Order: sequence, then C-alpha cells, then structure tokens
Amino acid sequence: MSKSKLFETPGQVRRAPESFLPADFVADVSANGMNEERRGFLRKSFLGALGAGLATGMGAKAMAQAGPDDPAIIEKQIWQTTLGQPVAVKPYGEPSIYEKYLQRRQSPGLTAVDAASVSFAPLQGFFGIITPNGLHFERHHQGWYDIDPNKHRLMINGMVKKELVFTMDDLMRLPSTSKFHFIECGANTGMEWGNVAVPTVQYTHGMLSCCEFTGVPLSLLLEMAGADLKKGKYVLAEGNDGSGMTRTIPMEIALDDVMVAWAMNGEMLRPENGYPLRLVVPGVQGVSWVKWLRRIEVGDKPYGTKDEAVHYIDLMPDGTHRQYTTVQEVKSVITTPSGGQQLLTTGFYNISGLAWSGRGKIQRVDVSVDGGRNWSQARLESPIMDKCLTRFNIDWVWDGKPAILQSRAVDSTGHIQPMINALREVRGTRSIYHNNAIQSWKVDTNGEVSNVQVG
Amino acid sequence: MFKLAKLVGSVALAGMAGVVFAQDVKTYEGIGRLATPNEVAAWDIDVRPDFVGLPKGSGTVEDGMGIWDTQCASCHGTFGESNEVFTPIIGGTTAKDQETGRVASLTDPNQPQRSTLMKVPTVSTLWDYIHRAMPWTNPRTLSVDDTYAVLAYILYLGEIVDDEFVLNEQTIKEVQERMPNRNGMTLEHGMWQRDGKPDVNGSDCMTNCVTAVEITSTLPDYARNAHYNIAEQNRIFGPFRGADTTKPPVAELPGANFQTVAMTTAAPASSGGETVDVAALFKANNCAACHAADMKMVGPSIKQVAEKYDDKPETLAMLAGKVKNGAVGTWGQIPMPPHPQVSEENINLMVQWMVSGGQ
Repeated sequence: MSKSKLFETPGQVRRAPESFLPADFVADVSANGMNEERRGFLRKSFLGALGAGLATGMGAKAMAQAGPDDPAIIEKQIWQTTLGQPVAVKPYGEPSIYEKYLQRRQSPGLTAVDAASVSFAPLQGFFGIITPNGLHFERHHQGWYDIDPNKHRLMINGMVKKELVFTMDDLMRLPSTSKFHFIECGANTGMEWGNVAVPTVQYTHGMLSCCEFTGVPLSLLLEMAGADLKKGKYVLAEGNDGSGMTRTIPMEIALDDVMVAWAMNGEMLRPENGYPLRLVVPGVQGVSWVKWLRRIEVGDKPYGTKDEAVHYIDLMPDGTHRQYTTVQEVKSVITTPSGGQQLLTTGFYNISGLAWSGRGKIQRVDVSVDGGRNWSQARLESPIMDKCLTRFNIDWVWDGKPAILQSRAVDSTGHIQPMINALREVRGTRSIYHNNAIQSWKVDTNGEVSNVQVG
Repeated sequence: MFKLAKLVGSVALAGMAGVVFAQDVKTYEGIGRLATPNEVAAWDIDVRPDFVGLPKGSGTVEDGMGIWDTQCASCHGTFGESNEVFTPIIGGTTAKDQETGRVASLTDPNQPQRSTLMKVPTVSTLWDYIHRAMPWTNPRTLSVDDTYAVLAYILYLGEIVDDEFVLNEQTIKEVQERMPNRNGMTLEHGMWQRDGKPDVNGSDCMTNCVTAVEITSTLPDYARNAHYNIAEQNRIFGPFRGADTTKPPVAELPGANFQTVAMTTAAPASSGGETVDVAALFKANNCAACHAADMKMVGPSIKQVAEKYDDKPETLAMLAGKVKNGAVGTWGQIPMPPHPQVSEENINLMVQWMVSGGQ
C-alpha cells in the first residue's frame, strides 16, 4: 500500500446537530415558564434538529440537498437590523469576544514562582504561521517590566575599537531590516522526555512563536564599533531586567543574521517580549534572544553564564552535560486535530500543523494516521522561509475508527525529525531540553483526541 | 572577514538604488556616541570562567551565613537544600567528586534532584549570577564583598571549603580546582554551531515502517482535568472543539450524545468596573510564591494570617510595615524579605485582603 486509503477518498458528511436548545433558553424557560414566543422557538429548533439528524443518517450524498430553513438565514439578526458601533470605540483593537478562549496559559504546578515561569501560546487555534503579538509565548527569569524607551540604552563594549552607546532614537535611525523567524524555548516539549505529561499542543509545543521582526543587523553595530573579528570569537548579550540575562553567541552566528530588534509584526515589541529592544537569533533557542537588551560585549572566550552552566544544558546517559546546545533542530507538530480536542462527526477533515528547523528551511513534511506504519506527503503552504515556521495541510477522511496522527519534518540539510525512542537511545530520558521528537495524537472512537507516545 | 565585505557590498548596492549614504558608511554620522569609562564600568559586570571581570574583594563563611539567613534562606532553605521555590543549590555531591571533577550521582536514576553544585562546572558562574541577579526580589543590592561572603557560605554548605575559608579573587582560583563537576561538561556535539552534525536522525520510510504500534504512554485518568476544562481553551466553532474535561470521556461518537460537546456561545461578561482584583495583585507581586490559601508553604497561609490577626487599623499598619521592611520570627526562622518595590496602597489592599481570609 503506497498511500493510506484514508487519505485517498475525501468525502463530505454533514455535521451532527449540536445542542439545539441553547443553555440560556433552557434557563429562561426554567425561570419564566413557557409562552408563545418560547414555544415557537422550540418548534423551530426541533424541526432543525430532526432535519440535520436525517442528513447524517443518509450519508455523504445528503449534503447536496437543501435542509430545513435555517433560522440564521431566515430570521433577521440584530446585526442586520440595528446600527453597529462607530470607528475607534476601541482605539487599540481586540479579538472578538467569541475568541476569548484562546489565551496564553500557564501549566499548573510547573513552577513555584510566576515571575520565573512560562506562558504557552495557544497553537491549537492559530492559522498560517504568524503568532499574534498578544499571544506570543512568555518566559521570564525575574519578572517583566515595561521599560521607558527614553531611558533605555544599548552599549557595545569589549574587544572593540570604540565602545559605543545608542539610544532608541539612534538605533531606529539606522537602516533597518524585517525578517520572519520562529522563536522556540530550548525546553519546549521538555516535559515529555520521560512520558506523556500534559494534555494539549498548547502545553506540549506552545513555547513557540513566529513573527516578522524589524531591527538592525548586529553585524552593522559591530562594524560601527570596530569589533576585533580576529580575536573576538564570541559576543555576550545582556538584558536590562533584574536577572540581567546573559548568553554567549558564537561570532559566526552573530555576524550572520542576528538582529537587534524593536518591532514584531509591524508594531513595537510587547513588554513581555522585551520592549523596547531584544536580540533576534534565528534558529537558536529563545533564551539567547535576550530581552530588554542593554549590552553586547565582544570577547575571545565563552562566558559560562548561569543559563549556560546550570540550565539549558543536556544531561547525557554517561553523566556528562552538553553545554552551549543552542540550535533548535528540525521539528513539527499537528495542531489540528490535537490533544484535548474533540471531532464532532466522521467524514472529511483538514489535518494542519507547523514545521520548523533552526538549520534552514522546511523541505518536506510527512503525515501518518496509523501510528507511523504508513506516511503520506503533506502540502507545504507558502511562504517557506529560512528558520521560520512552515504551515502544512493534508486531507483526511475519518471513518470513526481509532487513529494515531503523526507528522515528520525534513529540513533543507536533509535532517529528518526522529521518533522519541530514537532520541532516548542517544540522549537518555533525564534530559530537559531539545526534545524534537515526532508527536503522536490518538483519535478515539468517540472523537476525543489525546496525547500518547508510541513505541 | 568576508561577512563584513558582504555587508559593505549590500550597502553599496542599496546606494545604487537611490538611497543617499554618507561617504563613510561605517560611521553613520550622528548616530551613537562613545561610552564613558564610568558607564562601561557600571554595566560591564560579567565574570568569565577565566575570572576576567572579577573585582577585588573578600568574604568569610561566617559573614556569608549572616547574609544567607536574612536574604537567601527564604527561597533556598536554611542549608541551600530547599526545593519549595527553586531547585536545590546544595546536595548530591561527594568528596570523591571533588577529586575527579565528575559528579557520580548524575548517572544515578535514584538521585531525586540535580542541584546547582552537581551541575555547575565553573565557580565564576556562581559569583556572576549572585552579584547580578540576587537577592531574587532586590537584584544587584549585594556588594562585592557580600557576594564573596555568600558564595563562601554556599561553598561551605557544599563541603568544598571549610568554615575558616576566606574567599577572595585569589583563593577563588583554588576553589575552581575543587568544583565537583568541573570536568562534567562537553562541547563535543553538533548543536553549538549551525553547521554542526545532528546526532539523532529520523527515518524516511513511507510504507509498512513498523510492524506493530504500541501505545507506551498516556495521560492517567486522574490527570484529565489537571489543566482545567480544555473545552474552555479551544475555539467554540469549527471542526475541532475542546473536550469537556470536567466530565468523563463521552461514550459514543458525538452526534449520538451531542450534549456532552455542546458549548454555550454566550458572550463573556463585561469587566466589572473599577474594582481592584486583590487576588490578581497578590499574584502579580509574587506573594503567592510563599503564601498559599490554606496550606503553609514558605510562609504562613492566608487562612493562618486571617486567624491570627484582626483588621484593626494598628494591626493592619503593623502588618504593612512587615511586608514593606521584611520580618522574621513570627512564623518560624525563615524570614520574609522586604518588598520596597510594592506601593503602600497595594500593600494595604493586600494586607486587608489577607486578614479577611482572601475575601
């Protein structure tokens, strides 16, 4: 079998009726009793439910036939018959109130103190590749501040001809560049090294975001300062918050595509993401993207800072730690359907997900619906950019039987995303960081999707 | 060097496209200025493994104990062993480890925690981090000598130095030779440089890749609602809804039992005017790190505080003073650190809220 049969026969089935008595109607009847208006609503609802139920029973062909009159069409709605709200009622726009469930969330019990914690982006509800600024994941080491940009400074020092200071006004006068990149915490999916630990893609993979960043290339600032590129093999990036976050970056990466950025997705950075200035280190784990960036030092040796010597190190089975593991390797995950979600009927679905690699572009994504026995190539949506999320989609007809969904990405260097068991064979089970294993979601016969690991 | 050549080349190209640049593209006339020596000294605080950047100073174990007990123990425990707020600093190392420079317990699956001293290879890292970021709520308030003293005490707790040890910019080099995990780190891997070689590669098999699919791990039933109701973490329309994890899984395919997945689409209630959410304030100021609702953690629970104190003005003022300036003794030997960053107005609101039992 060259291709799973499930992928080959996309069909269409009308969705089963949902609760046709809204909770507020039930509450209204309970409180106020029945009257002619409420009776009329009830009649229409029962008719609608009956028709929808028949359509399901008749199978895919019934889709083409007209159902009973839909009140959403037949009845005049309030938004058709009254005046809407004027412009700029909300000078800074907000999502619809019907989108309130998609929020950054903490994983209960993950950390004892919220100022050194993480909030996860709701990947299960995103489209395309861009993360809305209000939903970009957060990870702070000593709390966040909304720093006054007039008081923010960037210093370049160390092995340079001229030690320089820039204000935000200075930096924003320089020739800027804008690029799309993913940012992923090195600990993303870290809770799953030993076993399944969390229910949804928000918690397994939500320390991941992707934005268009705008700023100046770090190479330009290093050039202005006259950096010694013969002896200066590393830069230290330092933050302006209480943690004074510091990370060593090899000069080769610093000169390549690292950016000193003030904007994401067309507006200034959000305070939780480093306003007014952060480092952008494409393909490298998020901790190196130092937020509230205040200083770049050029040096001839790595700095061995706290987050290079105590955290963000990978414990190997022989008891050694891998230090300065920074590159985020090829990875992908199906976001819909994903853990904690519920399929409403059998029939056609679009399986959709995200793929990325810190080493380059995504070349291919394969999807399996039978736990890794057979794979089919997914459609990659454009744009496909360097060190950036790539959206993939594939058709699927669910027949109501249990299924295990997986995705597997290949990057432009030919590196293929591994199974969790292959990762454990080399790195053991007591690592925390850099888990880029294939994710498995089990679809049960009742349509509920759950997080599983397969061997 | 080729990178710089490339940069200059691209700027030249942009110039041809009509952008006017100054003659010397490297200076960007009028942008940025030279840093003063005092400015560099104020910010260039990092200390490297070869001790470049380490300022002169010294501290004794005894001095360090005093600082530790008042400013560090509340988060890290009296002996640096605490796991209540952060992972332990002390534990899991032996005298043998100091000889080999490799911590044996790192291969022991029964070792419950990886403490800081089990991991950190370079003593400079500890000096740098304590000086730049501690104490947790008031970073950069320890002097150079204080930092030497606290680090001396940590090294004493870890049995790396004795109680007579004086740590200074010279003796710290001897300490480096005794760090238990000084030989425990490696750069021999492919994830430091971008062109490094990956150590784990997947398979590109497309058909009949595995003979049997065995589920090896799932979330246990009791954890079903551990992340609250997943239905409320998903969109309320579209093909995929959130599972209602306040209920057991539905038995049959939805449609047969549709009510279990139906969500009301009522609009969320509007926010409630100008009232202050003190519980949110309490959380935002990190008070919840030490004070739980009805269980003693690092500090007393809100319930305990409410039982002990009344809400008379003098009581409230006394408690507000303790929050602002710090206190020790009422609830055990672990002190509460001072909180100068919290406004008096907010302290008063939170104290009132606590003595009212969090109402």
